Amino acid sequence: MDLRFTPEELAFRDEVRHFMRASLPAPIRKKMVEGRHLEKDDIVRWQRILNAKGWAVTHWPAERGGQDWTPVQQYIFQDELQQAPAPAPLPFGVSMVGPVIIAFGSEAQKRRFLPRIANLDDWWCQGFSEPGAGSDLASLKTAAKRDGEHYIVNGQKIWTTMAQHADWIFCLVRTNTQGKKQEGITFLLIDMRSKGITVRPIVTIDGGAEVNEVFFDDVKVPVENRVGAENKGWDYAKFLLGNERTGIARVGYSKERIRRIRELASLTRDGGRPLIEDERFREKLASLEIELKALEMTQLRVVAAERTRDPKKPDPYSSMLKIKGAEIQQAVSELMLEIVGPYALPYAPDTEGANEPPVGPDWAAPIAPTYFNWRKISIYGGSNEIQKNIIAKAILGL
Amino acid sequence: MDFDLTPEQSLLKDSVGRLMADHYGFEKRTSFIASPDGFSREMWRRYAELGILGLPFAEADGGFGGGAVETMIVLEAMGRALAIEPYLASVVLAGGALRHGGSAKQRASLVPALARGDMILAFAHAERDARYDLAHVATRARRDGAGWVIDGEKTLVLHGDAADRLVVSARIGGDVGGADGIALFLVEGDAPGLSRRAYPTQDAMRAAEVTLASVRVPDDALIGAPGAAFPIVRRVAEDAIAALAAEAVGAMAELTALTVEYLKTRRQFGVPIGSFQVLQHRASEMLIAEEQARSMAMFATMMAESEDDAARARAMAAAKVQIGRSGRFVSQQAIQLHGGIGMTMEYKAGHYMKRLQMIDLMLGDADHHVRALARAGGLFGDAA
Repeated sequence: MDLRFTPEELAFRDEVRHFMRASLPAPIRKKMVEGRHLEKDDIVRWQRILNAKGWAVTHWPAERGGQDWTPVQQYIFQDELQQAPAPAPLPFGVSMVGPVIIAFGSEAQKRRFLPRIANLDDWWCQGFSEPGAGSDLASLKTAAKRDGEHYIVNGQKIWTTMAQHADWIFCLVRTNTQGKKQEGITFLLIDMRSKGITVRPIVTIDGGAEVNEVFFDDVKVPVENRVGAENKGWDYAKFLLGNERTGIARVGYSKERIRRIRELASLTRDGGRPLIEDERFREKLASLEIELKALEMTQLRVVAAERTRDPKKPDPYSSMLKIKGAEIQQAVSELMLEIVGPYALPYAPDTEGANEPPVGPDWAAPIAPTYFNWRKISIYGGSNEIQKNIIAKAILGL
Repeated sequence: MDFDLTPEQSLLKDSVGRLMADHYGFEKRTSFIASPDGFSREMWRRYAELGILGLPFAEADGGFGGGAVETMIVLEAMGRALAIEPYLASVVLAGGALRHGGSAKQRASLVPALARGDMILAFAHAERDARYDLAHVATRARRDGAGWVIDGEKTLVLHGDAADRLVVSARIGGDVGGADGIALFLVEGDAPGLSRRAYPTQDAMRAAEVTLASVRVPDDALIGAPGAAFPIVRRVAEDAIAALAAEAVGAMAELTALTVEYLKTRRQFGVPIGSFQVLQHRASEMLIAEEQARSMAMFATMMAESEDDAARARAMAAAKVQIGRSGRFVSQQAIQLHGGIGMTMEYKAGHYMKRLQMIDLMLGDADHHVRALARAGGLFGDAA
């Protein structure tokens, strides 16, 4: 057991760190540090920079454009990217549908979609949740009826993140209403420009509109856009949900946020002295750092175990990463709120090119919206309660 | 970076695990507690045979050249079994003082006996008003001819009653609470002027109040340079925190497993109570707390051998906070999920709770260390 990085790993870390410093466009970095909204163009621009380096889809197999890195190298890359802080390559393509296509898709699908996912030529969104199918995802009702060489899709998806930008949506649809509900689900790739698709934004409590409802009204989907076999979609969905094993904890982003907390707490005066000098505040921050360090070590242990695991099976320990990662990120957002204090009050919509002078410190405006927005973290990707169910069942055998 | 044990370490883990599984059942433990020494001399002999009493000492000194990982392996197994022998007191604490501060001559004269199980040591450092301040030493030592004379009172000396020799801290200069002026001495258990009042502890171990009234020791009883022993004391405390973290993880792992087993077998309302979601979630939270503690115990183990004093101190503080908090959470949930049976002395769960709680209150509790860490600028500092 040697938990230090080897000289080779340290050299790799320096290489990645150097690349991030040199290549992450300053305006994007600034938005990330300030916690401001990223435009579609920011995300596309950055992913294409990564892709030009061969680093947009590092965890894919090498023959599909991935990097033949060890799990530790993958971890280091992700940690450095997050600490930069840089946007992650668009997860709906790179971490969700991409690996599903690689594992279960046809050769034609691989050739058609994978390079465009890597370069973010196609913006993907995720069509899983429905109004009646949240935690109980398998009860989804959006129906696909076979009609010759097409499926005809009718129904509704909800909480579809950034569907407003999307070129494609991957969907779980019901192709069989008989028998077990898990056994009648099919995984379809649907062109968002298809006739009969309507996207309606949902404004969330922070004032943003990153999630949407997506309606399907007699949408024709070619059969060639089905992934794998009909009625086997639930297996692919489980693979997808358990796939993002290590990124889910977002440890690197939380490390970067803790640096930001130190910075902002030094700028903020409380009782005539910087808030960072307040013992109670420092103790809260230290407690958070300890939780984060423990999570980082837990994550590294999960990463190390990947070498000896079946890559097609989800690791139930990733549920632990999800829960602690969510708790820590939400605690970060609470501490930020504590720093900004009364200047959390003014509401200023985060729109590009707004010329109104800020009320209070120029860093104050995004903090309260972020706090509200980040309540989602313990809800999405399987709520923390669902993760506890998974741990109880898959690890504890209850 | 890897989390793998070497083949030798795996072997050690297997053999310590087997030893404890074969000879340290709960009933056996109860009989060890009731024995005159309050622990098992028989087990102590078996530890010696297995080589774990000399584990952390250099081979040149008669030890087995193990590092922090080896100590972690042993302590985790002891935590699982709730072992009550003076391993921490003798090997980690007093033995640590020898390792970090003892002369070659001192080590050569003591380590072989310690490793054979023929000698038990204790670390007599804490004092009445010290609480968690390692520099609070009021016991005095003064020069007397070719030796020293020690006067003072030591408290909560773990296994101080069983010890053949004690490592005693005393001040030869400086003010109480100051790092300068502290010295360490080896004192014979039967030295004239030394008296011990022994008592059991909450977690079924033993401790003693030790009074030193003009106890005379020769010059070669001094460990390290006179008046400059504080770094040794601190290092020993840090090693002990790493060891306690591993022990706590072992205890938490067993306690969680015991609780999960109970949830599967205990039936109410016609079903196993583990089928109830509210209890499943508690059990999941116990596992998370245990795993977070395990991660920090590994972190502490890794950092125990770091030569960066500040980073090492921060890591130990962080680990102690985590095991304190996780240990309390896991043990409280375990008792609650067991219900009435968890409250009884005849059942194992409560004994884990007692040990975990005492571990938190040794060498600085969670609040103490989070304050220390906050004052030191946090865990990540500027480097993250």
